Order: sequence, then C-alpha cells, then structure tokens
Amino acid sequence: MKMSNFIEFENVCFAYRDEEEGTEVKVIENLSLTVDKGDFVCVLGHNGCGKSTTAKLCNAILVPQSGRVLVDGIDTRDEDKINDIRKKVGMVFQNPDNQIVATIVEDDVAFGPENLGISPEEIRRRVDEALKQVEMYDFRLSEPHKLSGGQKQRVAIAGIIAMQPECIVLDEPTAMLDPRGRREVMKTVKMLNEKFGITVIFITHYMDEAVKAKRVIVMDEGKIVLDGNPREVFTHIDTLKRVGLDVPEATELAMLLNKDGIKIEKDVLDIDELLDCVIGLLEDKN
Amino acid sequence: MISDITIGQYYKENSVVHRLDPRNKIILTVIIIAMIFCCKNFLALALVAAVIIVSILFSKVPMKMFFKSLKSIIPIILFTAILNLFYVSGGKEWSFWILKISEKGIYTAVFMAFRIILLIVASSILTYTTVPTMLTDAIEKLLSPLKVFKISVHSLAMMMTLALRFIPTLIEEIERITNAQKARGADFENGSLIDRVKSLIPVLVPLFVSSFKRAYDLAFAMSCRCYTGGDGRTRMKQMKFGIKDIGALAFYAVSFTAVILLNKYFGALI
Repeated sequence: MKMSNFIEFENVCFAYRDEEEGTEVKVIENLSLTVDKGDFVCVLGHNGCGKSTTAKLCNAILVPQSGRVLVDGIDTRDEDKINDIRKKVGMVFQNPDNQIVATIVEDDVAFGPENLGISPEEIRRRVDEALKQVEMYDFRLSEPHKLSGGQKQRVAIAGIIAMQPECIVLDEPTAMLDPRGRREVMKTVKMLNEKFGITVIFITHYMDEAVKAKRVIVMDEGKIVLDGNPREVFTHIDTLKRVGLDVPEATELAMLLNKDGIKIEKDVLDIDELLDCVIGLLEDKN
Repeated sequence: MISDITIGQYYKENSVVHRLDPRNKIILTVIIIAMIFCCKNFLALALVAAVIIVSILFSKVPMKMFFKSLKSIIPIILFTAILNLFYVSGGKEWSFWILKISEKGIYTAVFMAFRIILLIVASSILTYTTVPTMLTDAIEKLLSPLKVFKISVHSLAMMMTLALRFIPTLIEEIERITNAQKARGADFENGSLIDRVKSLIPVLVPLFVSSFKRAYDLAFAMSCRCYTGGDGRTRMKQMKFGIKDIGALAFYAVSFTAVILLNKYFGALI
C-alpha cells in the first residue's frame, strides 16, 4: 500500500432498508476509490446517486455492508478507533444551523477541541487560529443566528479545522446558500487545501464549484462514471448529460463551436478561458 | 425583526458583577433569596433592599431594566397583597360591608409585596449579568456532586445549552411555516378561540417533524466532532474563583448576619 493513499474504498457496497416496502435499496455498488493526501476531490452527481452516502462512509457515520473503507490505514468498521478516524476526517454538513451547538461563535469552534480533551490554552490558540483562517475572527463573540448562511458555514468549517484534521469532507455545504455565501465557502475550502495541505472531499451538484477542484468524480446509481481532472471530465458532455448533470456553459459552447467546424480548444472551463481562445483564434485569422 | 431576539435577558456590560465566577453568582443569588425569606421586620427588609441596590450599582445595569422585569409580575404582587390584606387578622380592625381589614393585615400585605419585588430584582441581577450558556455551565459544575447518584449532570447541562441555542432557529422556522400556510390560505387571525387554536395544528405538525430532523442532523454533527459525553472533555473557558468573588461572598455573609441581628433586636412582624 502506498502511503499517499489517505482514504481507500475497496469494493464497497451499501444498501438502505426501505422500511415501508421491506426491500433493500442499493445505494453504493462495488465502489473502489482512493483519495491521495492533499488532494481536492469534487464528487458530482444528481440527487440519489450515492454521493452523500459516499461522504458518510468516509468517517464511519456509515460502514459498508461489504468491502471496506480504510482511513489512513484504519478500517472504519473498527469501533474502538472511531474517534481516531473522526479526528482525521472532519465533516461539514449541508444545513449550517443544524451543526452549530453553542450560542456564541467562539464557543462553537471550541466544541470539537474540547471533546478531544485538549488543554484550555491550546484550545484558545486553535480557536483563534481557526477563526482567522476562515476570516471570521471579528465575529468571534457574535451569536450564530445573527450571521448569514455563508458566515455560519464558515464557522462550521472553523469548528472542524480547530480539531486539526488531515481531511475535510463537505457534504453539499453550499446547497442552502446564496451565490455570495457559496463563493465565500468555496474560497475558504480552496485556501485550506492549497495553504495548509488539507485533503478535501467536496460534494456538490454545482458545476462551477467542481471546476475549481483538482480531481472530479462523477457518480451515478452508486457507481463512478467519470474520474479525472476537471478538464478531462467536462469534455464528456454526452455522459454528463446522460446522468442528469449540466456542463459548464463555456465548455458546452466550445464543443458546439467545434461541431460547426471551428477549431477551438475543447477543454475550456470558464468564460475567461473561452474568451482567450476566441481572441487567439481571431488573431490567427488576421 | 426576528433576528434581533436575544436569548435570555443578558445585559452586555463589563462590570465587576459580570466578571464574577458564575458559580459564585448562583450561590450569591441563593444566599440573598434566603436572606429575603429570613427577614422578619421592615428594618431587615430595608437592609436587604440596600444590599440589592449596592449589587445593582456594581453591576452597572440601569435601574429601568429592573422596572421592566417587574412590570410583568405586577398582577401577582397585587394578588398576594390583597389576599394578605383581607385574610390576616390582628391588631386594630376596620370593617365595612362584608370586608374586614386589620392593622396587621396592612403590614403583612405591604411586607409581602416588598418581598416579592426584592425576590424578582435579586434574581434578575443574575440573569442580566450572566450569559445563559455560562449559567448552564455553572449549574453543571455546581451539581456535579450528584454524579455520585449516577445522575448525568453533563447531559442535563448540554440539553439546556442546546435548547437555548435552538430557540432563535425554531422561532425562524415557525415564522417560515406560518407564512407558508398563510400562502396556502390558512387563517390564523379570524374565528373563535377554538378555531384559532385548531389553526395552529398545521404549524405545529411541520415544526415537530423538522425539529426531529434537526435533532438527528445535530446528533450526527456532534458525533463527527468526537462528542462522546462529558467524560474526558475539557473546557476552553475556565471558571476562576478570584478575590472579587471572596469579597462578594464576604459582603453577603456580613449582611446576612446583620439581618439575623435585626430580626432578633427589633422583633418579628410576621
């Protein structure tokens, strides 16, 4: 086993029991996947494709029914080590309101480290540092319900990084936020990955967020459909559309132009890149 | 605006009283309540009133805040006073129509009214100067001896903290559901009292369902942050029992002794 494999899924299967019908609903089917240390992985897929289940398998909220999940070499089925795993892999959920436990921002950020039994001085240091990292230090004495959605979600992220995890799993952290809140959260997560080398698994259904990742995994019906860097993945327009996802507008436009015989790079990701290509093309013509 | 609500009735200020150890503040409040109940004549009561006024001055909380908290209990004060006025007999008596008022009755009524006012003001000092979460933490610390009887004090304190935390969230939720039901034609303003109570059902049912969902999410989030209960947990904010706490305790102890002496030398009214 290579040391750089931080999270490893080996032939993982997972099914929910439908209580009303008494049947098993397969959510994850024979999934194998490795995530390297320091990577920034975006998991994409429409509703019910198993992406949230995948997230919950990463830190032993759920355990696979067959196959296994290893976090830094620890099997998630090992109940004695469950807190070791959760110390390494922090998790941020969709609804910021439902994960804040204290009535003051700094107390909430301190909650995780307090659970780890760290000394008060060290907790204070970590809390201040975490709040500065997510740029919420000025709000440390505020009440969470007076903050915006994006700010609350950043507080939730600070609460996780104060525990100094090696990896953060974010389960659709931006689904309930306005565009501005989404940008704030994405910027924070990207900074944590680049500056502090924290491994990020970001679950979303927004394409513009996936574009910013280092690696994109597209899931459908519990299986991985596409896996690669954003440029590779987004050139598979037909596959993406088949699984019910949009393609970044710029990428789609580039593809359409290609179909019409205009030779333009197919793997552009955003408007600026497309613009550069078009300008380049026009200059060549002249 | 809904976002303006503050939990509890904390008054932000940086006074000596605010900085006292919250555990000590709870003990002091218990002492002063005991003092109020020990008073047997007006002189003793006046002394307790003086102690409370001194405490308020130290807390820098404006007096009008205390009048505000008294406003809502005026009916209770009046009710107690009137009951005492007519039911206590002794001393000179005046009677008119079917009512009888005695000299002792008047004294008792006034005494009781003052007693209730002092009780409310004294306990308001605690809630005005202490953040609710600090209060629950202090209660946890003070009740920790109960662990001997296998009572999980930590869980109780955690429940109180979470309840406080979710008050604003649930108020927001109620507003959202009410608006959603209004948009579907629900009528909350008209009809008889029974109709209006019935119209609350479409608000309460979704509120309950979503509260359970929230509780479920919260439990996940807490266990993801390695929460396993009170054992092995440390706290960022440590409570310190300092010199000012000893000073405050001494001040209250001396006053208590004075109250007992006043009771002894000036006789009992009740």
